[in-house]
Amino acid sequence: MSLVFLGILSAPLLFPQSSSERLTVGTPQKVVGKRNQSVQIHIPLSILTGYHVNNDKPPDPSLIPMKLTWTSLGALEGGQVTYPKPETIKVGDMSLAVFTGKVDLVVNFKVSANAPGGPGAAAGRLEYQACNNTTCYPPKRVDITVPYQVQ
Amino acid sequence: MSALRVTFALATAILLGCFVQGCNTSPRIVKAASVKPGSERKPAPDFTLKDADGKTVHLSDYKGKVVLLDFWATWCPPCKVEIPWFMEMQRKQKDKGLEVLGVAMDDNGWEDVKPFLADMKVNYRVVVGDSVTSDAYGGVEQLPTTFFVDRSGKIAAIHIGLDGSRKDFEDGIEELLQEKPATNVTSIPGDPIRAALVPAKQ
Repeated sequence: MSLVFLGILSAPLLFPQSSSERLTVGTPQKVVGKRNQSVQIHIPLSILTGYHVNNDKPPDPSLIPMKLTWTSLGALEGGQVTYPKPETIKVGDMSLAVFTGKVDLVVNFKVSANAPGGPGAAAGRLEYQACNNTTCYPPKRVDITVPYQVQ
Repeated sequence: MSALRVTFALATAILLGCFVQGCNTSPRIVKAASVKPGSERKPAPDFTLKDADGKTVHLSDYKGKVVLLDFWATWCPPCKVEIPWFMEMQRKQKDKGLEVLGVAMDDNGWEDVKPFLADMKVNYRVVVGDSVTSDAYGGVEQLPTTFFVDRSGKIAAIHIGLDGSRKDFEDGIEELLQEKPATNVTSIPGDPIRAALVPAKQ
């Protein structure tokens, strides 16, 4: 029993895995606008050095694309996402279109014509799948919140 | 006269070859860096998973064989690099006692895995994995992760990621195929492997 317990405790040491996330989402800008106004915001992403994530349209359909979907827009409309320009890398004979380093997702919103004045937040979910040149990690989902202020 | 010269040259070449390579006709003894000594190996956890035909597969079905157990996924490019290596190893070494067994970790299961296997013309058995199995093998967060299981059902080597060359894999399997099977074949059903696993190579 104690051996099993010790084993469970020591497992992370035996299988070294970085506790830091391969991708972190920075704080999005706050949307501030009047009714019917179009607003563009940037959502900063930081990908750990040495890693990459697939772009939104990977050349191989078996690869998992990055995808930001909105689950609740609140007083905002639209939410069309423009993904950054990918880099092309090779793993074996495969060409991959990936994001690395620091990139921004650009999102276009429009404040609803009948939006109540005051603060709120849109909520979305970012899906991505990260690898380096030798290993891949399972797909992940990260919740994203974009605060807004209707003037 | 010229025939005599040719004969002499051939005999010299053969003798020189024997001097450099040895004239022994027995198989080449391979010692792969990633393979642990027998005394350091721990039993590979048994599992019950389904293959593409819906047949139940246990690791213990393969006792007496060397098993290359590859955790992979269709969305993993480094896994795709290794799959043709494993296909060739299966083709060349099956008669010597190798069985390659793929454990696909795709969330969508056979929906994604079956077309992929057909497309790649994979010639070895593949099962769809689950969290119970991956937990038993230490979590297997990184793919590919490949375990070499010896004829006694013990883990002889672990490759995490595409961490070696194709030759490293081939040498490791060759070394295990050359080992004599142990008398007591063990595989622990459902036993957590966490305490037992020590990666051979990082």
